[in-house]
Amino acid sequence: MKVLKDLFEDYRFVVSFTILCALLLLAILSLFSPHDPTLWGTAPRDIKPSWEHLFGTNSKGQDLFWQAAFAVRNSLIIALIAASLSRVIAVLVGMVAGYKGGMTGTVLMFFSDVFLVIPLFLIIVMLAMLVRERMNLVTLGLLLAAFGWSWDARVIRSQILSLRERGFTQTAVLSGTGTVRLVLNEYMPFTTPLIFSTLINNMAWVIGLEITLAFLGLVNMDIPTLGTMLQWAISYQAILLGYWWWIVTPIVLSVLLFVALYWLSVSISEYLDPRTRIQRVGA
Amino acid sequence: MTFVKGYLIPRLIQYVLVIFLGLTAVFIIPRLTPSDPVNRTIIQLRSMGSYLDPASMNAFIEDLNELYGLTGSPLEQYGAFWTRLFKGNFGVSFFQFPTPVNQLIGVALPWTLGMLLTTTVLAWILGNIIGGLAGYFGRSRWSRVVDVCTMIIRPIPYYIFAFALMLLLAYVIPLFPVSGGIPIGRQFSWTLAYFLDVLKHAFLPALSLVLLGTAVWFQTMKLVVQNVNAEDFVQYAKFGGLRDRKIATRYVIRNAMLPQITSLALSIGQIFSGALITEIVFSYPGLGMLLYNAIITGDYNLIMGITALSIIGITTAIFVIDLLYPLFDPRVRYQ
Amino acid sequence: MNKPVLRTENLKAFYVLDVHGDQTVVKAVNGVNLHIRENEVYGIAGESGCGKSTLLKTLYGAIEPPLRLMGGKVYYRVVDEELDASRLSAEDKRYLRWEFISYVPQGSMSVHNPVLKLKETFHDFISAHLSGKTREEAFEIAKAWLVELGLPTKILDAYPHQLSGGMKQRVTIALAALLKPKVIICDEPTTALDVVVQRGVVQLLKSIQRELQNSIVLVTHDMGIHANVADRIAIMYAGVIVEEAPAATVFGSPQHPYTRYLINSLPRFGDKSARESAPGNPPLLSNLPGGCPFHPRCPYVLEICKREMPETVALNQNHKAACWLVVEREDGKTP
Repeated sequence: MKVLKDLFEDYRFVVSFTILCALLLLAILSLFSPHDPTLWGTAPRDIKPSWEHLFGTNSKGQDLFWQAAFAVRNSLIIALIAASLSRVIAVLVGMVAGYKGGMTGTVLMFFSDVFLVIPLFLIIVMLAMLVRERMNLVTLGLLLAAFGWSWDARVIRSQILSLRERGFTQTAVLSGTGTVRLVLNEYMPFTTPLIFSTLINNMAWVIGLEITLAFLGLVNMDIPTLGTMLQWAISYQAILLGYWWWIVTPIVLSVLLFVALYWLSVSISEYLDPRTRIQRVGA
Repeated sequence: MTFVKGYLIPRLIQYVLVIFLGLTAVFIIPRLTPSDPVNRTIIQLRSMGSYLDPASMNAFIEDLNELYGLTGSPLEQYGAFWTRLFKGNFGVSFFQFPTPVNQLIGVALPWTLGMLLTTTVLAWILGNIIGGLAGYFGRSRWSRVVDVCTMIIRPIPYYIFAFALMLLLAYVIPLFPVSGGIPIGRQFSWTLAYFLDVLKHAFLPALSLVLLGTAVWFQTMKLVVQNVNAEDFVQYAKFGGLRDRKIATRYVIRNAMLPQITSLALSIGQIFSGALITEIVFSYPGLGMLLYNAIITGDYNLIMGITALSIIGITTAIFVIDLLYPLFDPRVRYQ
Repeated sequence: MNKPVLRTENLKAFYVLDVHGDQTVVKAVNGVNLHIRENEVYGIAGESGCGKSTLLKTLYGAIEPPLRLMGGKVYYRVVDEELDASRLSAEDKRYLRWEFISYVPQGSMSVHNPVLKLKETFHDFISAHLSGKTREEAFEIAKAWLVELGLPTKILDAYPHQLSGGMKQRVTIALAALLKPKVIICDEPTTALDVVVQRGVVQLLKSIQRELQNSIVLVTHDMGIHANVADRIAIMYAGVIVEEAPAATVFGSPQHPYTRYLINSLPRFGDKSARESAPGNPPLLSNLPGGCPFHPRCPYVLEICKREMPETVALNQNHKAACWLVVEREDGKTP
C-alpha cells in the first residue's frame, strides 16, 4: 500500500515497526513455552545468559526468556484491553460533546477536565488497594481504562467541532442523514487515524502505569508482566547479588516497548498532519 | 467587566467543583471496601498486648468510629467529613496510631515541595529555552541530536527512568548515594554541611525529574515555536525588516509562551504523580515515601489524607496559573 | 525621462512541491516584465489564483521555499542607482525594507503581534530603521503620522484584537507609509471588508499617494477599485501579463480577449442586459496548456495560439498586449 511505503520513509516508523514486530514475535512465542510461567524451579537458578537460557534464569528458578515472552504478552494484553476500552469512552464522550455542543458539551468537557486535573495516580492507587485481592489482567485493564480517556476525548471533540463546520456536514444534515449515520459514515474516516494514534499513546501509558503499580505491590504478583518481573528482581535483591540479567531484561524490554510505541504514534500523526506533510504553499 | 464574567467566574466555579468532586471521591472510595478499619485497629492493639474490659472496649470502639469518621449514616458521615476538612483535620493514621495524618504529612511535605518546585521550574525554563532555539533555528545538527535524545527519553515513565538512572549512577558508577534525604540520625541544622548533604542526596531524584521534564518541554516548545513562526504576524515582522533577534524574542517567543503556560497548568497533576514515584525509587523522605509506607501497611487514612491534600494543592496551583495567564495574553484581559 | 522606480525582466517564480516523491511545479509567475514609474498608482488585476500575490512577494524579495526564483530579474531604483534585487545581501534587503519599499499583505487582519499594543508595533518598525529614537520619540512620530492621515490616535494604545477589520487594514496601510517609501505594495487591501469600509481604505491610499508622490502597486480582483484609484492597470492571467494600459484605455478599449471578457462582465449603470463571463475555468498553474494560457477559452483562437506563447506587442507608447490576434492586427493582416 502506498501509505505504508510513505511511512517507511520515516526512520522512526521503520525502527519502531521493527522493534514492535520483534516484541510481538516474542509475545507469540509464549504460546510455545515449555514451562508454566507461574511455577517456580522449572530451571536451575541464577544462571547467566547462555545459549541454553538466552536471558538467563532468576532466583525463583525460572527461565527468563520464557518469563519475558509471557511478560510482554501479558503487558500487551492489558494495554490493548485498557486502551481499546478507553478509546470507546473517549470517542463517545468526544463525539457527543463535539457534535451536540451547548450545555451537554460543556458538562461532558467539564467531567473530562476533572479527570485531567486530579492526580489520577493517587485515585488509582486507592482503587487498586481495594481490589488488590481480586486483581487479574482484566480487572487491571478495566481499572486503567476508566481513567485514560479524558485527554483524548478532548482531542476528538476539537476535531468533531471543526468537522461540524465543514460544508459536507450541512449537505448531509439537509439531505436527511440521521445523526448516528452522519457520525459513523462521514466523520469516521477523519477520526479513525486520530483514534489509532491515541490508542498507541494510551497503550504506552497503561503499560507504564502497570509497571508502577507492580512496583507498589498493587497487582497480582503471580502473573508475569513487565512490572512483576522487575518487582520480583528487586525484592530478591538481584542488584546487590549481581544478577544483572534479571533486572536488565524487563528494563530493556520495557524501554524498547515505550520508545517503539511512541515513535510509532509520532510518525503516524506527523504523516497524517497535512502541515508537516506538505510544505507551505504561498497565497 | 466581561473579563470577570467571561474568564474568572467559570474558572472559579470549576475550581470549587473539582475540589468538591475530588474530595467526595476520596470520601466514597474507602467506604467501598469490605474491611473495617476499626476492627483492624482493635486487632492490632490486641496483638500488641493491651487489654480492655468490655465496657471501656465499647467506649473505645465508639471513639475509634468517631475518630475515623464512621459514626452515623453515610450522609451524616459525609457532613462530618466536610466539617473536619474545613478545620484542617484529616484524621488519624491507622498504622501509626494515634499520630494525626496532618503531622505525618507536615514532616514530609517540605521535602516534596522543595524538590517539586525546583525541578519543575528548572525543567520548564530549560526545556523552553532549548526547545525555542531548536524550533527557531530548525535545521542545525545539534537540534537534530537533541531531538533524537528527547524522543528516547520522553516516552519512558517516571519509574523506569528513575530506576535506570539509579542503577547507572549509584550502582554501576557509584557517584551518588542510593537513597535520598538525609542519613538516619542526622539532625536538622542551619549549617552548610547539612544543606550540602541534602543536595547530594537529592541530586539523583532531581536529575531524573529535570531530565524527563526538560525532554517534554523541549518537544512541546519546539512544535509551538515552529507553529508561531508560520504565523502571519511573524512573516509581517520580517517584511518590515525587523532584526532577527527582535523577531525571535518579541514576536515568536512571547507568543509561544502562552500555550506553554497553559500546558504547564494541565501537566501539574502528572508532574506531581511522577515526582512522588521518583521519590519512592530513591527513598527520598517526601510524600512519595509516606505514600509507599501507607500502601504497604494498609494505612488507608493516611492515603486518603495525602490524596485529599494533593487534590486541593494541585487544583489551587492550576487556579493560580489560570489567574496569572491574563497578565501575559491581552486577548483574555480585554474582550 | 521617467525612469522606472521598479522593474522586472522576464521574471519567473515557481512553487516546487515535493509530497513523498511526487513533484508538482506551480508556475505562478511565468515571464513577467513590469515597469513601475514614479508617482503613479499601478494596478494589477486578475482572477484568484492567477499568480498576483506571488508576483508581489517576488517583487518584495520575500521568496521562501517552496517558492523559488527560476529566472529573470527585479531591479530597484534607489537614489538614482539601479540595484539588482536578487543580488542584495540579507542585510541590504532588510535595510531597504520599509524605507524604499514596503508591503501591505493580504489578510491584514492577523499581521499584528497580538501581545503588543499598536504603538509598540510602530515603535518596533521605526527603531528597526531609524536609529537613535527613544520610545517616546517613536510614539510621537507614529502619533503625528496618524494625525496627518486623519486616523484616530487612540488606536495606538489598543491591542490588535480590539480593532475592527477595517481599522486594522488602515493601520497597516498607515504603517506601510510611515517611513515614506518610494514604493508601497498592496495585496488585496479591500478584500473581506464591507463596501463602506472599502471606501475609507481607498481614500486613505489616495491621500497617501498624493502626499508622498510615490508609487503604489495595487493588486486586487475588484475592477471597481482599479477604476477608482489606478493610473495604469496590468491584467494578469495564469502567471503572465496579458495586457497593460492606462486605466481609461483598459476600460474603454481593451484589446486582449480576456480583458474584454473581464470588462464586459462588469455591471454598468442603466444596462440591464445579462452579463457574460469567459466560458470555462482558469487553468491550474501546475498544469498549463501549451502556447497561450488563455487559448482553451478564447473565442478567437488561432492555430499559433495553441503552440506558442504570444509576444508582447506595444500598440502605442502606453499600451501593450500579449496576444497573437493583436500581433496579426498590428502587422496589418487582419483589420
